Amino acid sequence: MENTAKPKKILRFVLSALIVAGSLYLLQRLLMPKYVDGIVEGAFVAEYYREEKDHDVIFIGDCEVYENFSPVKLWEEYGINSYIRGSAEQYIWQSYYLLEDTLRYETPDVVVFNIQSLQFNESQNEAYNRMSIEGMKWSPAKVGAILASMKEEEHFLDYVFPLLRYHTRWSGLSATDFEYLFKTKRVSHNGYYMRVDVRPAENVPEGRPLGDYSFGDKAWEYLDKMDALCREKGVELLLIKAPSLYPYWYPQWEEQVEAYAEEHGRRYLNFLELGAETGIDYTTDTYDAGLHMNLSGAEKLSVWLGRYLQEEFALTDRRGEAALAAEWEEKISAYNAEIEQQYQLYGLERKEEEP
Amino acid sequence: MLFTSYGFFGFAGALLLLYYLIPRRHQWKLLLAASYAFYLFSGPATVLYILATTLTVWYTALRIGQNADRQSAWLKEHKAELDREAKKAYRERQKGIRRRWLAACLLLNLGILAVVKYANFAIANVNGLLGLFGQGARLQPVSILLPLGISFYTFQAIGYLVDVYRGSQPAQRSLPRFALFVSYFPLLIQGPISRYGPLSGTLYAEHRFDGAAVSRGLQRVLWGYFKKMVVADRIVAAVGTIIGDVGAYHGAWALVGMVFYTVQLYADFTGGIDITIGLSEAMGITVQENFLRPYFSKSLKEYWRRWHISMCDWFRNYVFYPVSSSPLMQRFAKYSRAHFGGAVGRRLPVYLSSFTVWLATGVWHGASWNFIVWGLLNWAILMLSEELEPLYDRFHARFPAAGGFGYRLFTVGRTFLLICCLNLFDCYVNVGDTLYMLASIPAARNWRILWDGSLLAVGLTGLDYAILAGGTLLMLGVSLAQRRGSVRARIAKRPYAVRFAVWYGLFLLVLLMGAYGIGYDAGQFIYNRF
Repeated sequence: MENTAKPKKILRFVLSALIVAGSLYLLQRLLMPKYVDGIVEGAFVAEYYREEKDHDVIFIGDCEVYENFSPVKLWEEYGINSYIRGSAEQYIWQSYYLLEDTLRYETPDVVVFNIQSLQFNESQNEAYNRMSIEGMKWSPAKVGAILASMKEEEHFLDYVFPLLRYHTRWSGLSATDFEYLFKTKRVSHNGYYMRVDVRPAENVPEGRPLGDYSFGDKAWEYLDKMDALCREKGVELLLIKAPSLYPYWYPQWEEQVEAYAEEHGRRYLNFLELGAETGIDYTTDTYDAGLHMNLSGAEKLSVWLGRYLQEEFALTDRRGEAALAAEWEEKISAYNAEIEQQYQLYGLERKEEEP
Repeated sequence: MLFTSYGFFGFAGALLLLYYLIPRRHQWKLLLAASYAFYLFSGPATVLYILATTLTVWYTALRIGQNADRQSAWLKEHKAELDREAKKAYRERQKGIRRRWLAACLLLNLGILAVVKYANFAIANVNGLLGLFGQGARLQPVSILLPLGISFYTFQAIGYLVDVYRGSQPAQRSLPRFALFVSYFPLLIQGPISRYGPLSGTLYAEHRFDGAAVSRGLQRVLWGYFKKMVVADRIVAAVGTIIGDVGAYHGAWALVGMVFYTVQLYADFTGGIDITIGLSEAMGITVQENFLRPYFSKSLKEYWRRWHISMCDWFRNYVFYPVSSSPLMQRFAKYSRAHFGGAVGRRLPVYLSSFTVWLATGVWHGASWNFIVWGLLNWAILMLSEELEPLYDRFHARFPAAGGFGYRLFTVGRTFLLICCLNLFDCYVNVGDTLYMLASIPAARNWRILWDGSLLAVGLTGLDYAILAGGTLLMLGVSLAQRRGSVRARIAKRPYAVRFAVWYGLFLLVLLMGAYGIGYDAGQFIYNRF
């Protein structure tokens, strides 16, 4: 009797454990936001892991990179294989850890970092933390990103078991949550978030005076770490300020970044001051009154930056690599298809490409 | 450390694991270390208070115990040579010494409690009086950290001291063992205020791992979390909104607020006690029950036998009996019998002793007049019920059918409403506001809020109400089922698949419907503030 009772108990325990683990896993998959429609920015970070990781240029930063530069254009024009690792309001410590994460997989020639996020010395919003971090694969970099980002009310355990954070989402589940339970879809073009619509920049407000224009210690610390990491890996670090008119970029901030770049021997480009060179027209090249570029603006910036990258960092044209070119062909098709789709969505007529 | 925090889950989980891994003779030492670690987490600065109470009560009890032992030994030794009077005189002298030790220790510990908890209340009242007499001088409020669970551990320690003084409990010689009795962490948050005798028996014992017992304990913990996280922490949003704005929420709102608060208080307090008792049970430690389906009471008197049982026991044992049997009260009893006749004269000393108990109960609940008024109102209603008892008896003799189910239901409903009204004093923490709110209910002209959607604008959605209704019904169902014995025991007799479905289902309910995480205000237990 006892001989049969023990194996039965073990079997019961194993089955119960499997049911518990399986159901909790399913619940977590179901309740986590899918980011496949609406706010798609939350899916950007995870998309990178599906890529062949052999990029020449990696962009790191917030919306000022993932909405303002088009890797497709960089490929089409210069044969530069690039990827944007950016997410909404990505804080500089998150950028650092995303860079650390990226360098686990590949060593690009150049890392382009947008310095707008220097303005923040602490995470401002838990939702942005989640969108930047949740998509990362588990690694010391992800742990570092969580620890550096958590606000007072956040818990590390909620990142380990996101079900604890999203436990209330059961009341707001939609068909999308079930459809994308075990799959996902591409929502970016090598990290680029496309918008084709136009909303001219008018009456852009001046920045209100600040009590203190100095960037915070934590922000500087992570820029230093980024600089050191790039040196250690032999990667060029290009600092940029994207041409977004808002949030306001103060001259005092500009001075600090210029001084830093000079002191550390890094190149720094402020696209706000390169309007004549890039050809950005704020009446046609932004979709939200100057905060971000639309497709037209992003492609203009990419054309200019691609040339700069080639000239300054001697990047080679890789369009001759058959496998890579084939991969890009697919990406270009998807890119063009979305352009068409968005033109229809916004009821716009596509202008013929200038010769 | 909140019971609902991840930190506590980790702490309790690690403790449970270690508890059964280490040699059993060290289990109580681990509990002591864990209790002090728990206390230090809550604020290292206040650990001195609990240490002071532990040391002074332990030492005093030891002295009292030694004195009693010496007295017995001396009397035994001199039995032959002393007459009755000499023995009595000697006993009286020794008792006087013990009484002085007791009084000094009580004074010190009640003094600490009074200073940290009531100093600012006293200062505010003195300032109020000075203002009445036009005095410009004002006392400044003092800034003192309120140590975690001071009301609970002080009363528990005092109970032990009095038991030793009465000779019903031998003094504990080991300071660390006594320190564990005072600081045992599950009791620190909100009790139960346990008596030394029953608790120490299991607290210091060696406990062998028993999977079924651990499982039973954790089942009760889970049920406690259900009450706390699904019901209490969800309804708190509406309670906070309603009682937070006296000007906007009156009339029917006051009725809604007091019913909601009464549900919250039940789920919060009984849920917390379930966690305390369940966690202890998982470690083989028996903690006394603190509730017996209180909202099924048919009178206020019955309610106070079923709600916060440990506190009521404490006041009965350590306030009511000493006061009613004190020489002063004996003299008053004689006086009242002589002047008011047998019937009234016998009752007056009892009522006066009860008055002392309810005044003390009110004061114990908090440094605020609303608690004092709450205590005295309880006393007044209880005494009035006592006086009306013969009238009830006559009514029941005349209408025997009034003992049926319908009538019993009516008395339960009536008592629940009465408790709701009394709870308003706790809710508003202000006598004027409470009386205004109580008066506003019968005069209410805003009953439409009950159906016009206004209830959806006090921090709860329709879904929240659905969850609360489900949770409350579940609590009600379990309480009804408990009348036929332990629900857990009955579930335990069911096949494994049923047991698994019940407990894992409850776990999922807490996990998915619990009001925790960002967006919810993870609240400390209500009784923690008392």
